[in-house]
Amino acid sequence: MAGPGGGSSDVQWCFSQVKGAIDDDVAEADIISTVEFNHTGELLATGDKGGRVVIFQQEPESKNQPQCRGEYNVYSTFQSHEPEFDYLKSLEIEEKINKIRWLPQKNAAQFLLSTNDKTIKLWKISERDKRPEGYNLKEEDGRYRDPNTVTTLRVPIFRPMDLMVEASPRRVFANAHTYHINSIAVNSDYETYLSADDLRINLWHLEITDRSFNIVDIKPANMEELTEVITAAEFHPNQCNTFVYSSSKGTIRMCDMRASALCDKHAKMFEEPEDPNNRSFFSEIISSISDVKFSHSGRYMMTRDYLSVKIWDLNMETRPVETYQVHEYLRSKLCSLYENDCIFDKFECCWNGNDSVVMTGSYNNFFRMFDRGYRQDVTLEASRENSKPRSVLKPRKVSTGGKRKKDEISVDSLDFNKKILHTAWHPLDNIIAVATTNNLYIFQEKLN
Amino acid sequence: MSGDNEETQAAEETSVDEKEVQEKMISPEKAEEAKLKARYPNLGNKPGGSDLLRKRLQKGQKYFDSGDYNMAKAKIKNKQLPTAAPEKTEITGDHIPTPQDLPQRKPSLVASKLAG
Repeated sequence: MAGPGGGSSDVQWCFSQVKGAIDDDVAEADIISTVEFNHTGELLATGDKGGRVVIFQQEPESKNQPQCRGEYNVYSTFQSHEPEFDYLKSLEIEEKINKIRWLPQKNAAQFLLSTNDKTIKLWKISERDKRPEGYNLKEEDGRYRDPNTVTTLRVPIFRPMDLMVEASPRRVFANAHTYHINSIAVNSDYETYLSADDLRINLWHLEITDRSFNIVDIKPANMEELTEVITAAEFHPNQCNTFVYSSSKGTIRMCDMRASALCDKHAKMFEEPEDPNNRSFFSEIISSISDVKFSHSGRYMMTRDYLSVKIWDLNMETRPVETYQVHEYLRSKLCSLYENDCIFDKFECCWNGNDSVVMTGSYNNFFRMFDRGYRQDVTLEASRENSKPRSVLKPRKVSTGGKRKKDEISVDSLDFNKKILHTAWHPLDNIIAVATTNNLYIFQEKLN
Repeated sequence: MSGDNEETQAAEETSVDEKEVQEKMISPEKAEEAKLKARYPNLGNKPGGSDLLRKRLQKGQKYFDSGDYNMAKAKIKNKQLPTAAPEKTEITGDHIPTPQDLPQRKPSLVASKLAG
């Protein structure tokens, strides 16, 4: 049966590409920690635990193969962050890239922000396809000529060369976060951006690295009174004064920067009321929001907690307008998920280009799509077994009852080490990037 | 009279069983919570509260004291150190981190396998 996508009920997803090593022995540095398309979808960036960024570029569609969109090939790769040790606080600073955010393109070069726990960097990625030749004072290999041997003058000219893509750090935004940065978000004014850690949110100007404004501070005077932390933050896609931040208690606060310099008082608070009879030890932990994303339209926002995805209408704070269960069968496994720490896994979520479908990851390398209009959902799997070029992905099913049908997988057989935490949807087309632990899968809509 | 008591007792037990079954049906979460509390009776009553949060905020904390390190190095060379009075039964941790124990803090020199 076909799965949802793009607002119609008959989109089928095909395997397109897989990047990364095949062997099961995964080095920690190779664990993918973030995936992000740029604004046109032409570029796809990944960050990993080893502090490296790899950028893929989509090949232009070829006339020979109109039935599939261009493939993504490596465009640039560089070491964004390195491990550090803060001797003053005796704190190890991981080089893991927590988030990458692209800036919209303003000139020939591409810019992205990448962050680890403590430092945000602005990287410029530029192409060089010409080089000057015919210097008067230098040989072609760079050695300087003896000026006495120069008898004529010539004008150096630019000659084509093999394309070289260079990445250089243009700004380093450091020393503004005591706690660990979980989010960065570029403002729609394209001049400022925010960075959020567990307790504070700062506002930066892209050109200014030696200062930032603190706009949210939820640190209690007495740390014994700490009850919640900030888990994610995002700017509204077209209202440059509005941003939201989510908490470990399952609430989302919307703030308006025009109201005051310090946005500790929220303009709106989104929280679903909880049935006190159903409250358990796990309630708060599984209500913690791991990701918040505005819809492209700016009318809705989506939150991901441990078991579900919720869509909120920004005009209604009292409850979400839609709730989708990602893997409800895990509710009766919470005890063991707490013991193996999986209950703290932070899944992300994403919208498709026209906000009609949302996607999020699960365990066993499964990922889920929910079609909001047709009220359909599908479970697909990212695995090397389904990696024949252009093979259609078969929907997967987890059996919850006693009887397990053929092709279904039982809850106890799920591999909780194979988690899909990071997914991304092309801003315009039905192309998705799904990251397993150390591999990046690219799936495309089947075109006829 | 005793017959009546027995009957009431049996009726009570059945209703308790039913209630348990009902609870399990209503809330698998609560059943899981009971399981957890059975395994870890000392688990704090603050659900997911400050302890968890503070642990999260302290991620990455490591301690390296050069005094301890040098003492440990000396201990390896010279096994005879003055021992504490035998009355002291409290055992404190004696593992002092050495450079061999600390994970290597080298940056990745190898390129990402995604780019391979």
